[in-house]
Amino acid sequence: MAAPVRSFDAIEASRGKKVAISIALITAVLGLPLWWKTTETYRASLPYSDIRGLETLQLHLTVPIEIIFGKATLTAEQQRNIPSTGLKETETVLNAQTSITRHYEFKYRRTSVDEEEALGLKSLQDANNALQKLGETAQGSITIFILPESSVLLPKGIRVYIGKHRIALVRCALSPSLGSEDIANTVYKKVEHVIQTMSFTDEAVTAALSDRIPIGKFSKEDFENSRRAFKSSAGYEITFSLLNPDPKSHDLNWNISSASDQYIQPFLDKLQNVANFSMDSQTLYYAMLGVTPRFEKSTSSYILNLHNLPHVINPVEARLGSSAASLYPVLNFLLYVPEYSHSPLYIQDKDGSRIPTNAFHSPRWGGIMIYNVDYGNLGELQFPVHIDIDMVRVMEVFLTQLRLLLGITKATVPEDYQLESPGNEGLTDWELDRLLWSRVVENIATVTTTLTSLAQLLDQIGNIVINDIVASEVYHAVSSVQTALSELEAGRLESAFQASKEAISSSEKAFFDPSLLHLLYFPDDQKFAIYIPLFLPMAVPIFLSLIKIAKEYKQSKKEPLKTE
Amino acid sequence: MAGAVLVAAALWASVWAGQCAEPPGSDVFREELLLTPLRSGDIAATFQFRTRLDADLRKEKVSHYRIFPKVLGQLISKYSIQELHLSFTQGFWRTKAWGPPLLQAPTGAELWVWFQDSVTDVNKSWKELSNILSGIFCASLNFIDSTNTVTPTASFKPLGVANITDHHLLRYATLPREIVCTENLTPWKKLLPCGSKAGLASLLRAERLYHSSYHSQSVHIRPICQNADCSSVSWELRQALTVVFDMYSSGQGKRDWSIFKMFSRTVTESCPLASQSKIYVDVSGSGKEVDLFELNPPTSLERQVVVHGDRRVYAEYDLSQQGTFSTSRNLNVALKWKGRTAESAGQPQSPLFHAERYVSGYGLQSGVINTMVFNNHPYRAYPVMLLETVPWYLRLYVHTLTITTRGKENKPSYIHYEPAKDRQRPHLLEMLIQLPPNSITKISIQFERALLKWTEYPPDPNHGFYISPSVLSVLIPSVINQKTDELEESTLFSTLFPSSDGSSYFMRLYTEPLLVNLPTPDFSMPYNVICLTCTVVAVGYGSFYNLLTRTFQVEDRKGGGLAKTIANLIRRLRGVPPL
Repeated sequence: MAAPVRSFDAIEASRGKKVAISIALITAVLGLPLWWKTTETYRASLPYSDIRGLETLQLHLTVPIEIIFGKATLTAEQQRNIPSTGLKETETVLNAQTSITRHYEFKYRRTSVDEEEALGLKSLQDANNALQKLGETAQGSITIFILPESSVLLPKGIRVYIGKHRIALVRCALSPSLGSEDIANTVYKKVEHVIQTMSFTDEAVTAALSDRIPIGKFSKEDFENSRRAFKSSAGYEITFSLLNPDPKSHDLNWNISSASDQYIQPFLDKLQNVANFSMDSQTLYYAMLGVTPRFEKSTSSYILNLHNLPHVINPVEARLGSSAASLYPVLNFLLYVPEYSHSPLYIQDKDGSRIPTNAFHSPRWGGIMIYNVDYGNLGELQFPVHIDIDMVRVMEVFLTQLRLLLGITKATVPEDYQLESPGNEGLTDWELDRLLWSRVVENIATVTTTLTSLAQLLDQIGNIVINDIVASEVYHAVSSVQTALSELEAGRLESAFQASKEAISSSEKAFFDPSLLHLLYFPDDQKFAIYIPLFLPMAVPIFLSLIKIAKEYKQSKKEPLKTE
Repeated sequence: MAGAVLVAAALWASVWAGQCAEPPGSDVFREELLLTPLRSGDIAATFQFRTRLDADLRKEKVSHYRIFPKVLGQLISKYSIQELHLSFTQGFWRTKAWGPPLLQAPTGAELWVWFQDSVTDVNKSWKELSNILSGIFCASLNFIDSTNTVTPTASFKPLGVANITDHHLLRYATLPREIVCTENLTPWKKLLPCGSKAGLASLLRAERLYHSSYHSQSVHIRPICQNADCSSVSWELRQALTVVFDMYSSGQGKRDWSIFKMFSRTVTESCPLASQSKIYVDVSGSGKEVDLFELNPPTSLERQVVVHGDRRVYAEYDLSQQGTFSTSRNLNVALKWKGRTAESAGQPQSPLFHAERYVSGYGLQSGVINTMVFNNHPYRAYPVMLLETVPWYLRLYVHTLTITTRGKENKPSYIHYEPAKDRQRPHLLEMLIQLPPNSITKISIQFERALLKWTEYPPDPNHGFYISPSVLSVLIPSVINQKTDELEESTLFSTLFPSSDGSSYFMRLYTEPLLVNLPTPDFSMPYNVICLTCTVVAVGYGSFYNLLTRTFQVEDRKGGGLAKTIANLIRRLRGVPPL
């Protein structure tokens, strides 16, 4: 009777064990993943490896350059031997992850008959215009004509002439004994600075990369330039405000609509591929500066010191109002006509001398100009005084400030260079190219940092929802920035710039998508806390029986040892 | 810099030609203040600032602004707005005690906009517009969405020059819960060319304005005729602010008022940009002796105007005249009552038309919205257009709609009803009801309260849910015939609502907002439910697990306990062999 009972017990015990183990297995294999899956947040997959690839940025900037030798610069022998193409590469390593490589792709040829005819014209401007008419040049490319030392086209003492477009004339003596290699080298030495003036310098590109490189890596001037200019954006709002703090004494009239049409609009038309611009103006009454100017007895005028200027803007800005129509950054240009009791008002710089323009600008914000009213004969003064503002004086200052704020810097050139004035448009083609070069690099740097930090953020915080829209924007940004990089390498500035703009807008859209914030406040520990009433009673018996089974198993291992 | 000088030199000649080409803008700014002593002893001060932009924002691209605020101009152009009316109100205009208002606004925020017919997606523009206005006026207008927006068919007509009547271009929304305070007043004042630095706006000090029984500020933008034959169109921005000071809380219980007593400052100058700057005091009493008061300083200018079908007399102070100001260069208009105290003035006579509304019923399941409309005209009947907007969570039973006048059913001549869709749109009920003379009409409709999802409750849900006021638009027969050929030049408020003939005048009244309680759950409920469910599951699972894993053993113990004895007893009863 005892034996069957024991075997029945044994069967029961092993059945119990089997059931306990299988329940534990089902819970672990089926239950836990199911729970995990159903309470998980949706995270679309992102191109993490591509984004990691963007962390190391190797910029290859290719400038297509055409060198055209004028008559009498080369001997017949040399002409036959000049190579048709050449390549110069310079690599600058900025830090472990960033490097810039300049590629100058040279094409050499002789002048054609038409070009020779154009170069034969009397004045530089005529020659330049005639040459421009002969062939359109692509954005970012440079055409350089090499003229003999004896050329009369360039004035005496002038070695280099840079026209309004993308054409430069360079005087260069080449000795007849030089071989073809030497010619290329000599010419390169002569034109290197011209090319850098017309496209970009390492410093300018480095400053554009300021997002990625610690401060101190580049020169103060470039750093200041990059800090002053507005960040690259798809559009800008330009607002001109006339501040009239004393409408009782001044009846101000400014003809802003025609002045802006004549001065600012041509300049903006030139920049239409860079960004969208919109322009408007307003008049603000009783808008005061934040500081009381100091009276100077000797000149009986009022003085604003340099250290006062930072305090001027804040009270005025409260009145300016934001643009209701768009989210683009606003460039403010203020024309301040001081009160009758505070006129004339002048700005003094550090060493106590008056600033001739009576204007200043604030980085990434805008500019302020103080316009003093000439009252004429004080005896016949009748308030309010009717004043027509001289818009030429005003627009001249504002246009200069606008150029600075958009990051168009004045090229610094040696004495023997002659630069053509930009004329009506206020901007030459090569200045535009310079802007595009630095902007495209800046855009790429911004996109890479945005994407990297987005990827980092999403990686660190596991319960942010990544929906398909965000994911597609990220994919688009990555592919656009890759296009921009390859277009730059191919020397197509225009399309590289457009691609970088798209990349910026996509990456910003992804980064600032409101859906990223939705589940941020439901962290994992709370999720566990909510499910504890389920998990605890379920887990305790499973663990207890597993422990018991393990104990018995150990026992049964030991027992045979003992008996044997 | 050198480059710019070159540019300048190149263009020197051409700019001078350009400067003479365009005449300077002829925008106009006017400011007015009207003081109306009310029968109750309180006083109403109504400011009106009008800015006219002499350019058509619909046709030409205007980007240069002088007096007209740039931000609103941009808004009109960008969203192709035909008309915009926005008001923020704190308190309720008590028509019965204070008489008919010049321009009433519902408690909270109200926004109604007519779009131009070039707008294709009106809902999208409306959404964006309300968000931007929310930013401009620091208000919660961003809470305007499809659940509180309606498209009335008849209640709101364009007030400016317009040839559109397609009501699909109209959107109307109210936020009765909106609280109005300084942060709404500051941006409103910023729209004025002189700000609060000079002119009548310098009286607008927040700490006085909000210490009052009623405060309403509004912005009305509409196109108006520039001249008599309407050959060109201007845009008018009308900013109005009405405030009622209470006799007891602000006036120390006396009916004597002065500008200084109301605003704790006096007027010192007019806005130099204003072409008209005037203060009016309503001196038209009912003829009884108790209603007489004298003005200090006295003014010889008086003006008779017909307002709301009644002839009113206004004393006028012109701030552009130097003589208006006293020797100390300020103006403090004071009202000194000749009669005795306010109590002796007697009951204020009830206005020709007013309305009330309340919720009745008990419990949290159903209720009734009742609206009482009073026609106190002795012998004329007139129709009223009633607009009700009820949120979807009050489910209206339209079949219970009853309209009774003097105990008899009153059939509306026009009914427009749009049922609500849950979480999408509110109920819209518009009715044209004929009011017999000297009558009270009661409109009631039953509703059922819906249960919301637990995330849909606002903070503090036990406070209740606000139901926006009903809007009553009425054309009241006038006692006195009035001239209608008043152009935009005319003063005061009679011009905002155009009237077709002088025999009647238009008025829009709002009833009180309602506060309705909805069934409110315990908000820790979801966690409790999870806990309970988990416990039930765990208990069930536990016993099941126990049953499966327990090792069963045959018990061979001979002796039995009490349980066995009882079991055997039962077995014997059943006729089964015992254990």
